Amino acid sequence: MNLHLTRRYKFCASHRLHSARLSVDENKRVYGKCNNPFGHGHNYIVEVAVSGPVDPSTGMIANLGDLDAFVDARVIEPFDHRYLNEEVAEFRTHVPTTENLCIEIFNRLREFPLAKLERVLVEETGSNSFEYAGEARGENP
Amino acid sequence: MLFFLVFPSFMVYLTRKIEFSASHLYHNPAFSAEENRRVFGKCNNPHGHGHNYVLEVTVGGEPNPATGMVLDLKELKEILQREVTDRMDHRFLNYEVPELSGQIPTCENIATAIWNLLEPKITSGHLHRVRLYETPDLFVDCYGAGNGATSQAGAAR
Repeated sequence: MNLHLTRRYKFCASHRLHSARLSVDENKRVYGKCNNPFGHGHNYIVEVAVSGPVDPSTGMIANLGDLDAFVDARVIEPFDHRYLNEEVAEFRTHVPTTENLCIEIFNRLREFPLAKLERVLVEETGSNSFEYAGEARGENP
Repeated sequence: MLFFLVFPSFMVYLTRKIEFSASHLYHNPAFSAEENRRVFGKCNNPHGHGHNYVLEVTVGGEPNPATGMVLDLKELKEILQREVTDRMDHRFLNYEVPELSGQIPTCENIATAIWNLLEPKITSGHLHRVRLYETPDLFVDCYGAGNGATSQAGAAR
């Protein structure tokens, strides 16, 4: 059976969308309100999907306690109630759009030792969500 | 070949959602009492506990030109009632559902059992995905044994 187990997590963080490659005017035009120098925040929701064989002795792809601890240590703890631009190394050089956030979270979780990471989905608000399934997966086959 | 170029296929995915409430517990008789508590935590409570499960069943297919439907929703509703609700709603999954007998009724195993119950009953279109939510923050997607796992909607089986 081909099974994916998905778990939803939450964290709250602030960010500012500003690119060093763009002029002041271009930043304002491209990012609008999100370019506010003081930043702003969101309640982010992260869906983490993993796959693998179901262990017959537990009935599980992966023990949720192990997955939660891994996601907590790699993502929730370092991101929750932080200013992403300053406090997460990756976003000192990359604009913390939700696209980039999605990729960064995927990269931080890809070494989960107990199941295969399939997909990361990040909701910035209830109206916007982004998904990343790793380099080789891309679009629907 | 030209026929397919002129008349491309229109694969459509139809999803129906139902809810059922059931109790379960996790316990492996091959484990010691201590091991059961360590591995399964609160879910090992011998009295069991329950959830409001939400099931989304997705069927893929091309709409029938005569009806415009992949399959009749009424028929799908009846299949879900018979195969899932009647079997599992307000039941203790460990003891009352033969399809889960001898298994630990995790979300993974329940989703697989539901797939196995539904797959032969879907005769118009094909069962594409069974998604079972145990809580709003935990769900399992089952794509059967075929190669459909990499896509949310589009992979061919």
